[in-house]
Amino acid sequence: MSQGDEYRDHPVRSYVLTSGRAHPTRNTLRPETLLVAVDGRPAPSTATRQQRDLVRLCRGTLALAEVAAYLALPVSLVAVLVSDLVDSGHLTIRSNHQAHVLPERDILEKVLDGLRNI
Amino acid sequence: MPGQHLAPSVARSVKILVVGAFGVGKTTLIGSVSEIEPLRTEEQITTASVGVDPGLPEKQTTTVALDFGRLTISQEIALYMFGTPGQRRFWDLWAGLADGAVGALVMVDTRNIEASFEVLDQLELRTKMPFAVVINQFPDSPQYPVERIRAALDLLPGTPIVRCDARNRTSSAQALIQLVEHALTFPAFQKAPA
Repeated sequence: MSQGDEYRDHPVRSYVLTSGRAHPTRNTLRPETLLVAVDGRPAPSTATRQQRDLVRLCRGTLALAEVAAYLALPVSLVAVLVSDLVDSGHLTIRSNHQAHVLPERDILEKVLDGLRNI
Repeated sequence: MPGQHLAPSVARSVKILVVGAFGVGKTTLIGSVSEIEPLRTEEQITTASVGVDPGLPEKQTTTVALDFGRLTISQEIALYMFGTPGQRRFWDLWAGLADGAVGALVMVDTRNIEASFEVLDQLELRTKMPFAVVINQFPDSPQYPVERIRAALDLLPGTPIVRCDARNRTSSAQALIQLVEHALTFPAFQKAPA
């Protein structure tokens, strides 16, 4: 097995981690969607290592992309894992985004104020 | 990585894309504004191979890196900045990323202005999102007047062009301010009738 830098792969293929699924059970997950673990609920005993790590990471609020970066997994794959953990009641979506919906004007105005304070 | 969590009061996230050719300074700009060290995720995409080589399969997988940073704007809002190459072959990845974005900063290096054409074409062709052009000033960048750059890039009169030193926090923030101000003039961000 090659261990060279030119070839990197996860020891477990992506489709195994997601039980063969390429798409999450919900389509409102974006890279910037904020996630947080449900208090006092550790990952289920049947959880994979990745799911366990994911729940542990989300003890505080993080965006999906941050979770993916820390787990060194693609965003698309983490979206599938997150979706399952939301379905099983272990994770909460802190910021809910509807597909194709833009932020409201007052949010943008607050962003502008924040940037002007830099 | 612990300690990098957002404050518990943050419940909204807003996204801005930073696009441009390789080496134009996307990650530098994101890093100068971000409150965390820029992070990276990688995505595998399948692309139609460009060259005509009978020895190669018609499709290839490519790894595309997504560098991003974060800035807590207020007690409730976090801004995420995602840097990605905007070329055609990355569009599959990019289209999903564009969904819900406030807008895009298009970074341009005046030493290699042609590299921006494809990014701008894709942005105009595939999205309606507001964008501002950021001229990242390198020490040996030629000093073209803004109107010459506007003409060279074939930009509409309203599209902001901002000169910036991506290494400088205030300068990078200024580019983001120009983009958000521009976005606020778009119909999509007008107040809904009561």
